[in-house]
Amino acid sequence: MGQMIKVGMADLKICKAPDALTTIGLGSCIGIAIYDPSTKISGLAHIMLPDSTAIRNNSNIAKFADTGIQKLYDDMIKAGANKARMVAKIAGGAKMFEMPGASTSINVGDRNAEASRQKLKQLGIKIIAEDCGLNYGRTVELYSETGEYYIKAVGKELKII
Amino acid sequence: MLTLNEVNEKYFDVLKEIGNIGAGNATTAIANMLGLRIDMSVPEVAFLPVEELGGAIGAEDEIIVGIMLGVEADIDGSMMFLMDMQSAHHVVNMLMMRDPDYSEPFNEMDLSAIKEVGNIIAGSYLSALSGLTNLTILPSVPFVAVDMAAAILSVPAVQFGIFGDNALMINTEFSDDLGIKGHFILMPEEDSYEKILTALGVSI
Repeated sequence: MGQMIKVGMADLKICKAPDALTTIGLGSCIGIAIYDPSTKISGLAHIMLPDSTAIRNNSNIAKFADTGIQKLYDDMIKAGANKARMVAKIAGGAKMFEMPGASTSINVGDRNAEASRQKLKQLGIKIIAEDCGLNYGRTVELYSETGEYYIKAVGKELKII
Repeated sequence: MLTLNEVNEKYFDVLKEIGNIGAGNATTAIANMLGLRIDMSVPEVAFLPVEELGGAIGAEDEIIVGIMLGVEADIDGSMMFLMDMQSAHHVVNMLMMRDPDYSEPFNEMDLSAIKEVGNIIAGSYLSALSGLTNLTILPSVPFVAVDMAAAILSVPAVQFGIFGDNALMINTEFSDDLGIKGHFILMPEEDSYEKILTALGVSI
């Protein structure tokens, strides 16, 4: 097996087989995995907020679903990925605290998931699996050899989508 | 509009002072509850990039306890109190009068006890802030999560991420006897920042 490359919060990276990508402890954030089975070029973005246009301080494009997914896509195309073959898997978007009536920014998970789906749709990338919502954190690993997306959560069995 | 990136040294000193007074209040409240005499160390105020918040109090995948409360009245926002598992077990065992080494997963009663401790600590901190600013600040009921540090800290990271690129955290340590290490994070909504700073006499 290749290297395990870490993707931080508000960060994105791509890799080629046999390497893998991981991001630790997704809460309300989303881990967007894009994979091209023909070249095995893979990408993972860890976005925090849905929409860069709604925020003034938006210098880090990896922080937002709209700009982050665009950059991930562009980087993968540049690396030689085949646009027509790309598929996506998304995970995260949890509601970590069940606060009723809390401001929308606290329960941003659902909006992050929705914004991610929309952006992927706009790019013509099909989402073939997802594991979003509920109330717990997730650590994800994307294996470029197989396109498998591992989801680990505290006290739960490993889930592979 | 002031952004967190522009906060000055003076604001840090004020926050540290609030942290001190708040922790002092909390110490008294917990000491009364547990019937122990305890001290706490001078808090440290950490200012760090939002992206680093997930790993700011330990490993990103370390399981921690987070207690979150809404804040309302003159200012709107939320606050969080974070403890490592050792601290949380320690407090629960003391409150439940259990063997100090007991470390089974928390049950509903234990989680209620944790919420209560979070409530007391957060309330003490908020009353210090309230006292210094003359603002009415009321906490909501507490909510608790036991999960990976990065997942819990993603909540304040998002809150701070809306304003800018940095987050503020107040680190507090209580005496060894009690064995609690904790971290506060205060997350005012954007327009509440100005109110707090103005009330504290920090020039914007």
